Amino acid sequence: MRDMMTRIASYAYAGLIYGFIFLPVAVLVLFSFQDGRLPVPPFNGFSLQWYEAVFADRKLMAALGNSFIVAIVSSLIACLLGFLAAYALARYKLPGSALQRGLLIAPMTVSYLIIALGLLTVLNTFGIRLSLWTVGIGHVVINLPLCFAIIYSSMGDHHINIERAARDLSASDIKVMVLVTAPMLMPSILAAFFLSVTFSWDEFIIAFLLSRFDVTLPVEIWSLLRSGLNPKTNAIGSLVFLVSVAVLAVLELTLFGRTKKS
Amino acid sequence: MTAAVSVHNATKTFGAFTALNDVSLDIKAGEFIVLLGPSGCGKTTLLSILGGFQSPTRGKVMIGGKDMTSVPPAKRPTTTMFQDYALFPHMKLRDNVGFGLRMRGVARAQRDEKALGFLDLVGLKSSADKKPHELSGGQRQRVALARALAVDPDVLLLDEPLGALDLKLRRQMQDELKAIQKRVGTTFVHVTHDQEEAMAIADRIVVMNQGRIEDFGPPADIYMRPRSVFSAGFMGEVNFIPGQVKSVDAASALVETAVGSIALPITSFTASVLVSSQRVVLCIRPEHFRRAGEADDPVVPLGEAKVTGSAFFGTHYRCHLKPAKAPDLSIVAHMPQSAAVADGQIVPLAVSLADIVALPQSRN
Repeated sequence: MRDMMTRIASYAYAGLIYGFIFLPVAVLVLFSFQDGRLPVPPFNGFSLQWYEAVFADRKLMAALGNSFIVAIVSSLIACLLGFLAAYALARYKLPGSALQRGLLIAPMTVSYLIIALGLLTVLNTFGIRLSLWTVGIGHVVINLPLCFAIIYSSMGDHHINIERAARDLSASDIKVMVLVTAPMLMPSILAAFFLSVTFSWDEFIIAFLLSRFDVTLPVEIWSLLRSGLNPKTNAIGSLVFLVSVAVLAVLELTLFGRTKKS
Repeated sequence: MTAAVSVHNATKTFGAFTALNDVSLDIKAGEFIVLLGPSGCGKTTLLSILGGFQSPTRGKVMIGGKDMTSVPPAKRPTTTMFQDYALFPHMKLRDNVGFGLRMRGVARAQRDEKALGFLDLVGLKSSADKKPHELSGGQRQRVALARALAVDPDVLLLDEPLGALDLKLRRQMQDELKAIQKRVGTTFVHVTHDQEEAMAIADRIVVMNQGRIEDFGPPADIYMRPRSVFSAGFMGEVNFIPGQVKSVDAASALVETAVGSIALPITSFTASVLVSSQRVVLCIRPEHFRRAGEADDPVVPLGEAKVTGSAFFGTHYRCHLKPAKAPDLSIVAHMPQSAAVADGQIVPLAVSLADIVALPQSRN
């Protein structure tokens, strides 16, 4: 009897938690199919008109493309820099290495707003005009600590002998890094890359403050929202969510699934 | 290919710790050398110095007559086989074995052919397209050997390569290593702390302790005619009987011990110049004890001894004995399978003169 009660309570608890997390998303997705002008109850019927409107909207589509480019390029750069920093700190004795590790991870603790304001000031000082590039720089700043932390934590001492063996067989330092170290760490490098892509994809504040004419998707959605609620924003929101879920699914299936096996 | 190796007065210090203390060693081309000693004896440091992963604080390393002391590992005619195999986990076996050739700019087809040849040598040709994680420990070991040999090194350095294998597989790999070394003719320098492994594979054994070479020679010499108390003890079970030199003449010396005075030929003193009244220890292996009257060679009777314990070991009985003349002394002796041994039994003890080695009492 008592077991029954605990079981019911734990199911209810789990249901509440997941409801709390996913109800807003479910409502968003549901009303993206609203047959009517307002994304609020009652649900009038199923329609794909708002998705049509999204795909017909040139500005939204351009923003979608911009978001892809910024996410992928900034994540590639963040991963490359994160890998190099991790390699250096894991393999060489550097002055103040604990301090340097701290400095590399520190931006994680600073709010995006502060980072964006700081970057804005710096860019102004140097007279660099705002563009997708500046948004990308901002995203490298926020994702580099993440990439560094993930890759650094996977560089174990057992890799040292493998690198040493490569060097013993006459591989140069660069060849060791490209042919041995990076492929060995590929699972964590890919994990860092995909996480970094999802963060960049969803990021608003930095993208908003550091862009001007070309904007990323979250910024475009923001400007849509200013003209009031509209099932079209639900539709684009659902698409954004779908992409994030897809990236996570790829990550889960290709990487975490594989590490479990080995 | 193969080359001679010599080390001249190599010393390596880490801060206040001396890992290697003025070591000199001459290895002939094509020899299978084993560096043997307990952990911390400096054997791995010596191997690292040969491989170029560490440089000696003082001293010189010559390989094939050339000074290699400050040449980096990649530029030396040596390759190292690491204890944890250190295979490249993301590469197929053929690419693992061909890696060194790839770094030397050998074309794909050619290095694949050579890699397959070396995989064949270690009996893994059919697994060329597998990855290391699909292999057992012994197979990984063989791949590591093939990879190290594929670049035709003059000297192969093996850092406790069999340490992670179980006993049966280790014995099998020892035989294979020895056979492969004979075939390729490369100089092998192999580090281990297992004296049985050392005896099984070495042409010559270097016994090391506390950064110094204690003994150097063929396995039989090291076992039968050890040149230090440490070496005698490390190579297997041995009885140490303390004594003092009473008189010395041209051919023999009289040593007085608790079990009686023994006239030993000069050849029994393997380590040092004899001086009268010197303190020595007599080393006698358990299997060298005879019952009086049993042996063909001249034997020295050591009086009677009482069996205080015994156990059957298959090939022999291992007995603890207490000599009647020296009840403080405990002696371990092997008795034949056929001997009926019982606790409390009194046996007459003797040993062949030729089996006794007398060494100066150790410094500590």
